[in-house]
Amino acid sequence: MDFLVQIINGLGLGSIYALVALGYSMVYGIIQLINFAHGDIIMVGGYAVFVAMVQLGLPLWVAVILSIAVCTLLGVIIERLAYHRLLVKNAPRLSLLITAIGVSIFLQNLFQLGFSSSAQSMPVMFPSKVITLGSIQLSFSTVLNILTSVAMMILLVIIVNKSKMGKAMRATSEDAGAAKLMGINTNSTIAFTFAIGSALAAVGAVLYCNTFHQITPYMGGMLGLKAFVAAVLGGIGNIPGAMLGGYILGVAESLTIAAGGSQISDAVVFGILILVLLVKPAGLLGKNVQEKV
Amino acid sequence: MSKQRKLSYLFSALWVAVLFAAIMGAVATGVIGSYYSGILVLIGINIILAVSLNLVTGFLGQLVLGHAGFMSVGAYSAALFTMNSGLPLSAAFPLGLLFGGLVAAVFGVIIGIPALRLRGDYLAIITLGFGEIIRVLILAVDFTGGAAGLTGIPRPSGQYTLIAYTFVIAALTVVAILAFIRSRHGRAVIAIREDEIAAEASGINTTYYKLLAFVVAAFFAGVAGGIYAHHVGVLDPSKFDFNYSVEILIMVVLGGMGSITGSVCSATVLTLLPEMLRSFSDKRMLIYSLVLIIVMLFKPSGLLGTHEFSIRKIIGKICDKKQKKQPAGGAPGKEA
Repeated sequence: MDFLVQIINGLGLGSIYALVALGYSMVYGIIQLINFAHGDIIMVGGYAVFVAMVQLGLPLWVAVILSIAVCTLLGVIIERLAYHRLLVKNAPRLSLLITAIGVSIFLQNLFQLGFSSSAQSMPVMFPSKVITLGSIQLSFSTVLNILTSVAMMILLVIIVNKSKMGKAMRATSEDAGAAKLMGINTNSTIAFTFAIGSALAAVGAVLYCNTFHQITPYMGGMLGLKAFVAAVLGGIGNIPGAMLGGYILGVAESLTIAAGGSQISDAVVFGILILVLLVKPAGLLGKNVQEKV
Repeated sequence: MSKQRKLSYLFSALWVAVLFAAIMGAVATGVIGSYYSGILVLIGINIILAVSLNLVTGFLGQLVLGHAGFMSVGAYSAALFTMNSGLPLSAAFPLGLLFGGLVAAVFGVIIGIPALRLRGDYLAIITLGFGEIIRVLILAVDFTGGAAGLTGIPRPSGQYTLIAYTFVIAALTVVAILAFIRSRHGRAVIAIREDEIAAEASGINTTYYKLLAFVVAAFFAGVAGGIYAHHVGVLDPSKFDFNYSVEILIMVVLGGMGSITGSVCSATVLTLLPEMLRSFSDKRMLIYSLVLIIVMLFKPSGLLGTHEFSIRKIIGKICDKKQKKQPAGGAPGKEA
């Protein structure tokens, strides 16, 4: 039973990776940019919850909505200020990557300046009940994480597959030039993608705060990196793939830690990634696109 | 070899020799204190790293996010070599650097063979994973000192020797990479960057040349790591994390991908910049990141683009004006 508990705990951890990975995956799918600032958007979301609940004393639901609003706005602003000009000028993709890294360093240092570099502890957000299923005992936050991530994924799949904006997103990611010729406003589509990705990051931030109870200005770095690994593992640009990748990473990490290898858990995560890429270069659920000449 | 070219090589060698003499003189007479001579060594290390990464990122066109991983392999190998070889330091240090470079190159082959078969950003992701795995493994095994770090690495006597070594090795690296790029191999590498499919169709063994450039870059990163190990005397794996790889990449992109002189300049400036901004203390990383974003927004190809600053070009222009003959020797120095 202990093994099963570890797997479910891993799924809970993986849910956070999965929510963040969705943002990476969508942005990469549409403009082929590894958005290194995405991890730091989660950090900003975490601080938004912190400011709302601890410093302003607002109730939880207001804090969550505020956090989502702040992150969505931030995502769009970053896209407009830092990436838009380069995208329009068709600049080399590497310069876009460097700007993303620049934004990431900027946000980290801005928040370090504003909130000091030491960790801030979060208040209790949801009642920490223990849920008993048969002989398995689970913490409430684990169940909440899993349910939220699944709900978000279903919502996202519906948006991408059923709505008009989703159709525009799919068209832009397939061929931005052709989409433009068909009358799609690719600029607003890209901005919308950043908005959705950042909103999901805010949800991830709330779950992160509820699970780990503390935030630092640098928490986005490793979290973002692992979420990106999850997105690549599942097949980048693929929504269920990003979720699957997140869950696999979470379970692998929790099993490694349970086996006493907490020191090497990061190495296990990246090792899995390298093995999968060698066997299936497009990721677990990704389609292998043949390059045409 | 034209007379002009000979003249320009002579001028370049002279220029480098004068710079070397000036730095050595300034260190010997105490104009450059021990603090700044430490920074000089760091500048040299960063020049080696940036120029070697430029070979892969700028000329081969592959994104690498784990250059610091190769550096750490070289650093630990070189340090362990000098500590355990039993040779006198004057012999062990250069041999250790060579050993560190070779071990890093071997790792480059191990990582490169599977990774370079993939296209696009996957090389970046695999090298990123490699860098993190190396860091965690160094922490986990015993002979590297683990989390406490590797201590007691002997330092070559005085700043003087180390600066001289660093300068010479950095200059050799630049010459070696330039020579590589202008050789037949270099042209093949550039052809792969321009169009991989066309290069393959023209009979270039793309996997071989990609691996070659990758391994050469890994070798020099290992050498730079070796110098770093003997400069600081203590190795701590957390130094060689993802952020350091990114720092090297920033130097390459900011200077201009495909410009060796650009890499040298930006490595120098970006090493000095945080030191010069020390008076702003806590705001310096903020300024650093803003400079980075603004430069990228307004000059996406980097400050120098693919241009090289070359004495040959300047001499060519002067000669043209003097002699007013037919244009001599094409547009030298711009093959890259």
